[in-house]
Amino acid sequence: MFFFILKRLAQSVLVMAVVSAVSFSLFNFVGDPVNNMVGQDATREQRIEIRQQLGLDDPILTQYARFLGNMVQGDFGLSYRIKRPVDELILERLPATLELVFVSAIIALVVGISLGVYTGIRRKSWISRVILSVSLVGVSLPTFIIGIALIYLFAVHLRWLPSSGRSGTVELGWWKTSFLSVDGWRAIILPSITLSLFQLTLILRLVRAEMLEVMRTDFIKFARARGLAERAINFRHALRNTLVPVITIIGLNIGGLIAFSVITETVFQWPGTGLMFIQAVDFVDVPIMAAYLVFVALLFVLINLVVDILYFVVDPRIRLGD
Amino acid sequence: MTDLLKISGLDVEFPTRRGTVRAARNVNLTVSPGEVVGLVGESGAGKSTIGNAIIDLLEAPGRVSAGSILFEGEELRGLDENQMRRVRGDRIGMIFQDPQTSLNPLMTVGAQLIETIEKTNNIKGAEAEKRAIELLEQVGITEPKARLLAYPHQFSGGMRQRVVIALALAGDPDLIIADEPTTALDVSIQAQILDLIKRLCRERALGVIIVTHDIGVIANIADRVVVMYRGEVVETGEVAQILGAPEHEYTKSLIAAVPRADRKLDRFSSVDYIEGGTKPFKRIDIHTHWLGQSRDVRGTGKAVEIENLNLSFVLQKALLKQNRKMLQAVDNVSFTVNEGETFGLVGESGSGKSTVARLIAGLYRPDSGMIRVIGQDVVSNPKSAAARKARRALQMIFQDPYSSLNARMRVLDIVAEPIRFYGLTENEAETRRIVGDLLDHVGLGASAALRYPHEFSGGQRQRISIARALASRPRILICDEPTSALDVSVQATILNLLKDLQQELGLTMLFISHDLPVVRQMCDRIAVMRHGAICEVSDTEDLFSEPKHEYSRHLLNLMPRMDLLGEARA
Repeated sequence: MFFFILKRLAQSVLVMAVVSAVSFSLFNFVGDPVNNMVGQDATREQRIEIRQQLGLDDPILTQYARFLGNMVQGDFGLSYRIKRPVDELILERLPATLELVFVSAIIALVVGISLGVYTGIRRKSWISRVILSVSLVGVSLPTFIIGIALIYLFAVHLRWLPSSGRSGTVELGWWKTSFLSVDGWRAIILPSITLSLFQLTLILRLVRAEMLEVMRTDFIKFARARGLAERAINFRHALRNTLVPVITIIGLNIGGLIAFSVITETVFQWPGTGLMFIQAVDFVDVPIMAAYLVFVALLFVLINLVVDILYFVVDPRIRLGD
Repeated sequence: MTDLLKISGLDVEFPTRRGTVRAARNVNLTVSPGEVVGLVGESGAGKSTIGNAIIDLLEAPGRVSAGSILFEGEELRGLDENQMRRVRGDRIGMIFQDPQTSLNPLMTVGAQLIETIEKTNNIKGAEAEKRAIELLEQVGITEPKARLLAYPHQFSGGMRQRVVIALALAGDPDLIIADEPTTALDVSIQAQILDLIKRLCRERALGVIIVTHDIGVIANIADRVVVMYRGEVVETGEVAQILGAPEHEYTKSLIAAVPRADRKLDRFSSVDYIEGGTKPFKRIDIHTHWLGQSRDVRGTGKAVEIENLNLSFVLQKALLKQNRKMLQAVDNVSFTVNEGETFGLVGESGSGKSTVARLIAGLYRPDSGMIRVIGQDVVSNPKSAAARKARRALQMIFQDPYSSLNARMRVLDIVAEPIRFYGLTENEAETRRIVGDLLDHVGLGASAALRYPHEFSGGQRQRISIARALASRPRILICDEPTSALDVSVQATILNLLKDLQQELGLTMLFISHDLPVVRQMCDRIAVMRHGAICEVSDTEDLFSEPKHEYSRHLLNLMPRMDLLGEARA
């Protein structure tokens, strides 16, 4: 196991190196940063001076080494537009995104797995058929349409929930949370449902397919032949055996939740990192874009590392095997 | 004796879109306490269906449509799911074929035992654990207490089957239904498991139904035999009568098809009863045909030479080389296969016999040692033109006819692939004609070319594999357990085909098998392998009459006792 995790860590470092190179290249290939920082009427001398201040005249490798060095220390430079350190901006926005992703992941997992198990066991009931048909909608409709539809229904028409923004936050040190007030919860419901819907349907269908697969295996038949109760067969024997593939997909998808949150945050004007990223793209605010890229990649890598470790917990064949 | 189980007039049907399939028709069967009843038949005969019907676990949409199943005087038909659950495990235990898949891989053996004991015996916790330990002890598992915490994958196949038996016994049932309980196991393990089942049957006065296609198993364990053919019981009787003096035509030909270990015959007796109605195969004239062109090429007289071959696999990785756990899969193996002979490689699973075959075929590279195919070194420079040419003369036929053919390719393309790859013909029209001829020659008929593998039975698929192997006009065939996945009757026809081909084409065969009677019928010389090393290499008749090595004697002793089988099979 130690060996395995070491290997994964090495791979993670490689992934991060590649991503950092890509995000660094943003600085050089996405427009001229100086143009973005100075006004239209800046003189040539002013531009040269800024170039020198930013170190843009140094050789590429020197610039990359500096970028890497700063990055490792959490320093991504100043935002071109807001003129504040990028790491500060991200830290400010991070709680909003993480809380949103957390709530949607819980919704996707709990609802997805339970409906998946239900439709896997009661394969032929009409409820299963309805669930599966509806779940197709979740897969096929784009996130922003679902978001807008939910806003129209619950915020505009029924007026139960706020349409956008993140109100009712409570400060815990530097972390602003929505979880400690009714308003906060009301605000987070719609965006998190919107964000979770796609993952939910994916998990539902995956769990169902795996359940159907496991229910056909010999050990389930043998469990039946021993007269074990249906409950024990479905949950103790079948569900656990579906978990390894499900964990893999869930791991990838939580990363996906963070990536998709860009759209959801835009629709709901949720003040998270995704919204910040979209605004940064509008203004070609390269430091924010680069930092966001590295940050998302880091999350992906960490989540996958956790997933790999979870395999050991779930499956004794991996834990005790070769 | 009163009947423990009495099945009468049982019909089982599977309604399908294309009409109702009647898997069992008017089946009558009785089992007494302390008696082992063998239910024998070939695949599709409906024997497993009977076992599943008894405990109401027929695969959907199967259902019992007529008849009665009386168990200890109580009718099982029509019991609801809850009542049935109290019968399963508590009163009727079931053992399945494959111990690899019968146990939940994510639960410890102890947890599975205890859960079953808690359900069937109505005891909990420490008491259930004590009972679990007792059960493991009874089925012959050493250190049962420690083993409770082990997962199924930490047991060997035979040990797992013992655990399965312990689970089946957990509820103290009166009847055990064992569905091919030893088919997936080695001969030596098979003997142990059969002994165990027989002992438990006698000690506890259990009724046992043993479902199998293997006459050897029947000969070893059964008191009475029920022979099934296409859903019907064709004959029932004492084991000595069925095996020694069968009355029904089907039973006769089935027994005749069992390869005999006591003397060598020219051909296997085929089961005409089943094949009955198939017209004789259209065969091609080898002397003038494309296929026969390689026939007269003669080399050094030695087809395959192997010297000091070694290969080890890493079992457990580690950072330091000395900490790695290695398995010496092939241990200093040397032998020579002469041109035109059939050389047998026998041993139990894990003995390294298949690994040797794969090394020769170039699927693995050896750690050290020399392999020469028709005098050409194929190890030191495997990618050279000469080595490739030598390899072309060598083809493999694999064990599992289901996974060794690409399901998405037509038979035409499967068989034509080597011809096209090596450019052995002038044009596509000739390729197609030759593929047709090959399919005719292996007994499938040229019309099979346009169909897909799933449309064929196991035996027919193996014929496709043979046609594919012939398509590169090989001089050496490596057959890795070519018939162990097939029924006896089909096995006989496939082995006859291989024998015919060998004679016609002057092929050299390396024949790998764990089945000693088959090896005796097929091979000229035999190498016995154990733990990756060769124990002895002898002429076939010498090996069977006076084995030199201790282990060869051991293997011969484990052969199923066939002395019950009388003149019917000569």
